[in-house]
Amino acid sequence: MASWPPERQGPYARVRDGLRAYRMIAAMWIRSTMAYRASFALAVTGNLVVSGLDFVAILLMFSQVDRLGGYSLPEVAFLYGSSAAAFGLAQLAFGSLDRLGSRVRDGTLDTLLVRPVPVLAQVAADRFALRRLGRITQGLLILGYATAALDISWTPLKMLMLPLMLLSGGVIFSAVFVAGAAFQFVAQDASEVQNSFTYGGSTLLQYPPTVFAKDLVRGVTFVLPLAFVNWLPALYVLGRPYPLDLPTWVAFAPPLVAAGCCALAGIAWRAGLRSYRSTGS
Amino acid sequence: MGAGRLYAAVARRGFRRYATYRSATAAGVFTNTVFGLILAYTFIALWDAKPHLGGYDQAQALTYVWLGQALLAVMAVMGGGFEEELIERIRTGDIAIDLYRPADLQLWSLAQDAGRALFHLLGRGVVPLAFGAVFFDLALPADPLTWIAFIVAVVLGVLVSFSIRYLVALSAFWLLDGAGMTQLALIAGIFCSGMMLPLNVFPGALGEVVRALPWSSLVQAPVDVLLGTADPLPTYAFQAAWALGLLALGRLLQSAATRRVVVQGG
Repeated sequence: MASWPPERQGPYARVRDGLRAYRMIAAMWIRSTMAYRASFALAVTGNLVVSGLDFVAILLMFSQVDRLGGYSLPEVAFLYGSSAAAFGLAQLAFGSLDRLGSRVRDGTLDTLLVRPVPVLAQVAADRFALRRLGRITQGLLILGYATAALDISWTPLKMLMLPLMLLSGGVIFSAVFVAGAAFQFVAQDASEVQNSFTYGGSTLLQYPPTVFAKDLVRGVTFVLPLAFVNWLPALYVLGRPYPLDLPTWVAFAPPLVAAGCCALAGIAWRAGLRSYRSTGS
Repeated sequence: MGAGRLYAAVARRGFRRYATYRSATAAGVFTNTVFGLILAYTFIALWDAKPHLGGYDQAQALTYVWLGQALLAVMAVMGGGFEEELIERIRTGDIAIDLYRPADLQLWSLAQDAGRALFHLLGRGVVPLAFGAVFFDLALPADPLTWIAFIVAVVLGVLVSFSIRYLVALSAFWLLDGAGMTQLALIAGIFCSGMMLPLNVFPGALGEVVRALPWSSLVQAPVDVLLGTADPLPTYAFQAAWALGLLALGRLLQSAATRRVVVQGG
């Protein structure tokens, strides 16, 4: 598919165009949401409560046991908060991508293709849901509780690790969202597969890696590198060993892994878009 | 056409409607399996730390996980059945057409939902449970009678689930927007059905309250019948009592709502 205008083909210009389009579409949706403020407040609260349910499950578990997989409640809360906040960031930015399949089915994707704006930016910003701040807030609150309750010997590196972990974690999850959307070009009504990796992944990362079978831990470290979202950096902050024998410096690898994931997701997205055949309706 | 045949046809249509989306079903099975895996490992860690938690041994706890995944779509624990469409029809006013039909709205919706539930039991229930049985040590009974008893509890659970979601849908007559109630129902469904954690594990008074609420009919009750940790007859009585009560309430609200439509339309 040729993009337009043709004279601005440089990758930098395309990214800038995309970001600008994203900002404008998102701003439009925010304005429309803000027209009903009470409804928006309710939606954010609802989002906060719904996303908090899995932490309630963890609290209920800890009402029965002192440790889960050898980890205490504040430690699990640290993993939970970092996973939820990073996932929340990605979901805020790219959560609408799970509607791509239905756009392919009903033919409304065609409208987006003829506009002189990157398609990814249009689909991602579509129905931008500011209420998803609820999940981010909830994750950050629990992360805050965890850091207060834990007795961490803070070093500058460990402090740096917190924002680094949340940002690159958010980017890794974003890449998973984009790759999942690319898959929907092929399997149009299979958005739930995407949910397995996004929601499923964030749920997995809320628990200590010691809970899971070694092969599963290997899978999310080396194949689908979700372990770099929070497990590896968080275990460095907590001073806990990672169940696989990896050198300590991998805790600092998340930004690199995030960049690699973005590149792969970008390739997948383009391949998906190129394979797109309109339904013609 | 007799009333029985009409509703049977509606149920068949409900079944076929979901059967049409094959890759969506496959994707759903995949999702249930992934979440089943994650939950299974957390349950192993939990039961390692405290064996016989909630009266289950580890095999029973794992069976609980995989049955829960198998029942998630059947019981529409997270919503997603006739109610979304019904809410939309109430909002747009199309509901007036439905009310003119020579069929009862509640029975019509129930037939539709029964078809959906049956499809989900076969399409999304069997595979995750089989996966769990292959890769984990489950405590599945060999006695066919226990399985029949389980199916009866599942049917009653679907009835309770339907009656709850019917009330949620009808609330749109008054609220005009289904979003709030749908979200409340989602929270209650996940939290109170035993989907995320067996209700026997909930501590103290909280546990007693959630076990007495209708949602416990959806997952906790059928699973306990299959595991043999609950007597079938009292369980059925509990489920049937909630189903009858909520269905009657739905009938009451339906007639009140119907009068509202006439007032608005006139």
